[in-house]
Amino acid sequence: MTGRTMRHPFVQQSPMPGFGLAMGITVTMLSVVVLVPIAALLLKGADFGLANIWATVNRERIWKALWLSFRLSFLAALFNLVFGVVLAWVLARYRFPGRRLLDAAVDLPFALPTAVAGIALTALYAPNGVFGSVLADAGIKVAYTQWGILVALIFVGLPFVARTVQPVIEEIDREVEEASATLGASRLYTLRHVVLPMLTPAALTGFALALARAVGEYGSVIFIAGNIPLVTEIAPLLIVIQLEEYNYNAAAAIGIAMLLISFAMLLAINLIQIWSRRRIGHV
Amino acid sequence: MTRETLGSIAPRPAPMTAAEIVAPLRRVKPLLTWGAIIAALALTIGESRAETLLNVSYDPTRELYRDVNAAFTEYWTAQGNPAPQIETSHGGSGAQARSVVEGLNAQVVTLALASDIDRIAEAGKLPADWQGKLPHNSSPYTSTIVFLVREGNPRGIKDWGDLVAEGVQVITPNPKTSGGARWNYLAAWAWAERNGQDPREFVGKLFRNVPVLDSGARGSTTTFSQRGIGDVLLAWENEAYLALKELGEDQFDIVVPSVSVLAEPPVAIVEANIANDEQRKLAEGYLNFLYSPQGQALAFKNYYRAWDPSAAAPEDVARFPKVDLVDIAQLGGWARVQPEHFGDGGIFDQIYVPK
Repeated sequence: MTGRTMRHPFVQQSPMPGFGLAMGITVTMLSVVVLVPIAALLLKGADFGLANIWATVNRERIWKALWLSFRLSFLAALFNLVFGVVLAWVLARYRFPGRRLLDAAVDLPFALPTAVAGIALTALYAPNGVFGSVLADAGIKVAYTQWGILVALIFVGLPFVARTVQPVIEEIDREVEEASATLGASRLYTLRHVVLPMLTPAALTGFALALARAVGEYGSVIFIAGNIPLVTEIAPLLIVIQLEEYNYNAAAAIGIAMLLISFAMLLAINLIQIWSRRRIGHV
Repeated sequence: MTRETLGSIAPRPAPMTAAEIVAPLRRVKPLLTWGAIIAALALTIGESRAETLLNVSYDPTRELYRDVNAAFTEYWTAQGNPAPQIETSHGGSGAQARSVVEGLNAQVVTLALASDIDRIAEAGKLPADWQGKLPHNSSPYTSTIVFLVREGNPRGIKDWGDLVAEGVQVITPNPKTSGGARWNYLAAWAWAERNGQDPREFVGKLFRNVPVLDSGARGSTTTFSQRGIGDVLLAWENEAYLALKELGEDQFDIVVPSVSVLAEPPVAIVEANIANDEQRKLAEGYLNFLYSPQGQALAFKNYYRAWDPSAAAPEDVARFPKVDLVDIAQLGGWARVQPEHFGDGGIFDQIYVPK
């Protein structure tokens, strides 16, 4: 094939100038900040060998911790998905005193050091804490149980769904809902078939972000978890424990296992997202 | 940009008004501000001056080294030396050792376990025979493990044997992540050995009574004292006294068991991080100061069992009850104990193997 007949070059010329510069900056930054550390992790793993990685990960204690981490992260992200959409709806659709304050408060979990969040939550939910003492009377233990981990993960993941969905809700034309109503649709029908499909892609993005954040969370969970092996031991703690023993290879092995599981989950979410976009067309 | 600005000003024959002079400056100002900010950031990142010393230490020594650093600075300048800038960093002993291995520029390490400093030696940052360089296995002060119980000791806890009773909740940090917790574990082991019990079974029972495994000693103290979890806290003796002092003597009691361990938190100079002779002199002076009567008095004051009570306040020395102390050599030395008990899949891990 000669250059003249090639109608679709590998890099299509964009009418926008500055592609080379922008791309260069992007690739450099992405490499330095994201790709190089991940490559280092994978290299460490390659050094260790696939069989050794499997032998390290394939132990009941590790599986239990991975299962705990991913299960609770998923539940926390699910909670945030529902609650975040409601929160975004309230903030975008209604005008009430204190709205801006509430709006700012949504970002707090981003700003607060996770250790502070963990200690604050533990203080509240410990059997002698404000919520904990009430719950203890009802026979419910939160701090130092899996419920405590869930509370911490919900806290750190809260802003993601709200923040991704909010601008979408603000963009929705009220006329669309009104049209739906004039055509005889009930409120529930409008919500299910008109509003929610428009929110789905953004909500899924937020869900994926919240999930990814929760899986890797260490700082806040470590204070509230109790860290009892097989019961409340999260996978990131196992990595820290391996490092504590100067066992870098085993730490990398667990890290790679988490990376792979996260990658598979994010891929699945992305596929659902593509599917939902196709179904309703581009919003 | 400067040339442009000058070009637009220069041809003007009339004298400039103040506003005209300021106008180009205003364009330069953000540049200057940003330049200053970046320069300041760069300075804070860059190497500091020569008379500095970074002491990388473990968790519960905060109060001790706050006192020592102040006293040493005074002593050092009184000797006719320029005022040194001493900084101390605290954290889990193992994590701190790892930071030094990975390049943290510490001139002095004062950690909880000799095995952590051995790690730094393995990385080639200090000689393998470091522990022989200073008196008492390079441990200027020692401590032991005691029990902190709630006021009035409602559970009647007197010795290690009481900790495995049904329903007693024991708080200790995780031996996998905390140096102090390894001493807790070993003290329990030593007691079981001396009292004709199967030590493996005994520590297993003990750790099954632990509802929360914090990652470090301070975390456990908080869990026990602030969160109200547990009946007994296994703690460094100095940490237990500090908890009494800080949180009120009317809330907790210290119980001293019949057998405990002689915990020797060692100190060493990190040879590879010594920049010049000046700094070496400072680092040596600093560690020797810990052994001086004044340094020893500070250790006593901060509830450590030090060696030389000559300058210490008598009540600081008198408060330590006599305990049968087992040292690490009697347990086989760190080189054996560490992998056997706390290594991956070691005796401690086997406690949690599901049945």
